[in-house]
Amino acid sequence: MAVSDAAPIISTRFDQTDAHTLDGYLRTGGYAALRKALAMTPDQVLEEVKAANLAGRGGAGFPAGAKWGFLPEDVFPRYFVVNGDESEPGTCKDRPLMERDPHQLIEGLLISCYAVGAAQAFIYVRGEMALAQERLAIALNGAYAAGYVGKDILGSGWSLDVVLHWGAGAYIVGEETALIESLEGQRGMPRLKPPYFPAAKGLYMQPTVVNNVETLSYIPWVLQHGGEAYAAIGTEKATGLRLFALSGHVRRPGVYEVEMGTTTFRDLVEAPVYGGGMRHGNALKAFIPGGASAPWLYPEQLDLGLDAGPVGAAGSMLGSGAVVIMDETTCAVRAAWRLVRFFAHESCGKCTPCREGGAWLEKIMRRILDGYGREEDLDLLLDVGDNISPGPFPHPASDGEDAVPFPFKQTTICPLGPSTVSPVYSSIWRFRDEYLVHIKEGGCHHG
Amino acid sequence: MGRLTSENVELAREIIDRYPRSRSALIPLLHVAQEQDGWVSTEAMSHIAELLGLTPVEVLGTASFYGMFKREPVGRYVVSVCTNISCLLLGGEELLEHCEARLGVKAGATTPDGVFTLEDVECIAACTDAPCLQVNYRFFLNITHDEVDRLLDDLRAGRRDEEVPPHGTLTRVRPRVPAERWSGHGAEGLPVLPGQSR
Ligand SMILES: Cc1cc2nc3c(=O)[nH]c(=O)nc-3n(C[C@H](O)[C@H](O)[C@H](O)COP(=O)(O)O)c2cc1C
Ligand code: SF4
Ligand code: FES
Repeated sequence: MAVSDAAPIISTRFDQTDAHTLDGYLRTGGYAALRKALAMTPDQVLEEVKAANLAGRGGAGFPAGAKWGFLPEDVFPRYFVVNGDESEPGTCKDRPLMERDPHQLIEGLLISCYAVGAAQAFIYVRGEMALAQERLAIALNGAYAAGYVGKDILGSGWSLDVVLHWGAGAYIVGEETALIESLEGQRGMPRLKPPYFPAAKGLYMQPTVVNNVETLSYIPWVLQHGGEAYAAIGTEKATGLRLFALSGHVRRPGVYEVEMGTTTFRDLVEAPVYGGGMRHGNALKAFIPGGASAPWLYPEQLDLGLDAGPVGAAGSMLGSGAVVIMDETTCAVRAAWRLVRFFAHESCGKCTPCREGGAWLEKIMRRILDGYGREEDLDLLLDVGDNISPGPFPHPASDGEDAVPFPFKQTTICPLGPSTVSPVYSSIWRFRDEYLVHIKEGGCHHG
Repeated sequence: MGRLTSENVELAREIIDRYPRSRSALIPLLHVAQEQDGWVSTEAMSHIAELLGLTPVEVLGTASFYGMFKREPVGRYVVSVCTNISCLLLGGEELLEHCEARLGVKAGATTPDGVFTLEDVECIAACTDAPCLQVNYRFFLNITHDEVDRLLDDLRAGRRDEEVPPHGTLTRVRPRVPAERWSGHGAEGLPVLPGQSR
């Protein structure tokens, strides 16, 4: 069993009770990286982040340094937006970062804004996270008063204002262009890409960087120790550490900072320092490797490393770093229905296949669960799904059939539509017999 | 009730000034209204429209997109039980049913005395501590049915006022920027610090 001995980076203050105060943060090395960055040029900072090969932690996994490099030269003002909207089911790693180490996020943000020349920064926190808002407010107030944020930061001559902003309950606002719409005071509906890539036309149609909370929380360490030191952790393609939220039927659910690439899903589930094995010693039935949007994987895929490449080739994604473990007592139909209900509810309604298709998928699944299903419903579900995400839909290899790799295709503006299909397709592909039991007997033994 | 108080108008102006464009303050101002009254009334939305130079329907258009803005009165305590996947696997639905039985209302409804509104909600980002719920967006993690009973009794009796402010109040610490520390809406160009060259 490979439990990495790489020291944690961004979760080191999770047990410290006063890290949200300026004193508590300074006592544990806080803001040293900012001082170091301000002694460098913005380009030198950018080079360090590029060398780190720090993949974005919000879901798409795009390297932060490369993304900043997309900003068109000489178009100003530029804006920086922190995505703290965390609401992908199964995901709960940005919330502890905001609640327990808010200065680390602010420091990472300041360094990033310096590197790209941002005129102003906005931290968009999910509305339902009152404690995160409070801790960030305390941290920001402290940082402003002591000269770490605002005018003439640390006497360097460089200024940056950071605005704390929070949403009001809408999953889709986590999608970066919807986040920008919301920050402009609009309904949170995604924009079409192209042309509205945030780097080109973002907040107020100006070049904008949107980065996830966890991505930015790694930046102070990268500056302190250098990009190469970060890239040396993990494997060549899967670099560094990452927070994984492990939930469901394991003995020790939790948020663990683990080494990428070398750690496998089996390590996460079984290692005593992580999941500690399956609850009650039950057998694994299926798992969701990267948040509710990700197609499901099964016991045969447990030995995959935490590496976007192989997981993608096996038909799913690492997504938001949320691993949901379902044991043999789980009703696959019920679990899938609950996820479909989520996506149908959260569809913003802009595209017909997602708005109408999602609603119908939910109704048909509900009918099956309620004991009124028909055998034809299975093909109907797959057909409706195919209108949202034209097949073949991603799934692992089995019985001589090749895997269909991620990503899924989409007829919609954003990936929420096809995400609705993930639980439907994954459950029918693997557990068709369970659907048939529901259809023939009106229920199942899972209760 | 309704229009923002003069104190809140002052707060609203302070919030508006933080953004390069005033409309960005719309959601924050709706939160101010909800903190004031516990919900967002038509009068409050019209007042916010005046403050931002928008039409009332533009304000409604945005407000109605976001589930947290309650456009009719709700209980002093909004109890939000997560039934999404990680919680479903560990008793989230049973937790919701227990709350329904205990409060005597179905999810989506308010108790006749106006103290509690019960909600069946999507993932609240506490999946590793399932089953869980929020009261006015404060977390109660790994919660048992007995603990729920005690919590609801305590809330009703006002024994948790410190921990759980009335519905509408999110952070109790407001972001404060000392006027002399505020730099405005930023520079045009990459920073060049003294002694550096590009
Ligand atoms: C439906 C949907 C929901 C999303 N929700 C979030 C979210 O809650 N938090 C987040 O950081 N990214 C979320 N994303 C990804 C963002 O669009 C964006 O890729 C990310 O914030 C970029 O930051 P990163 O490069 O640091 O990962 C979501 C994407 C989609 C399509
Ligand atoms: S796919 Fe769904 S959520 Fe995304 S823009 Fe279209 S309707 Fe909205
Ligand atoms: S699924 Fe319940 S908190 Fe995430």
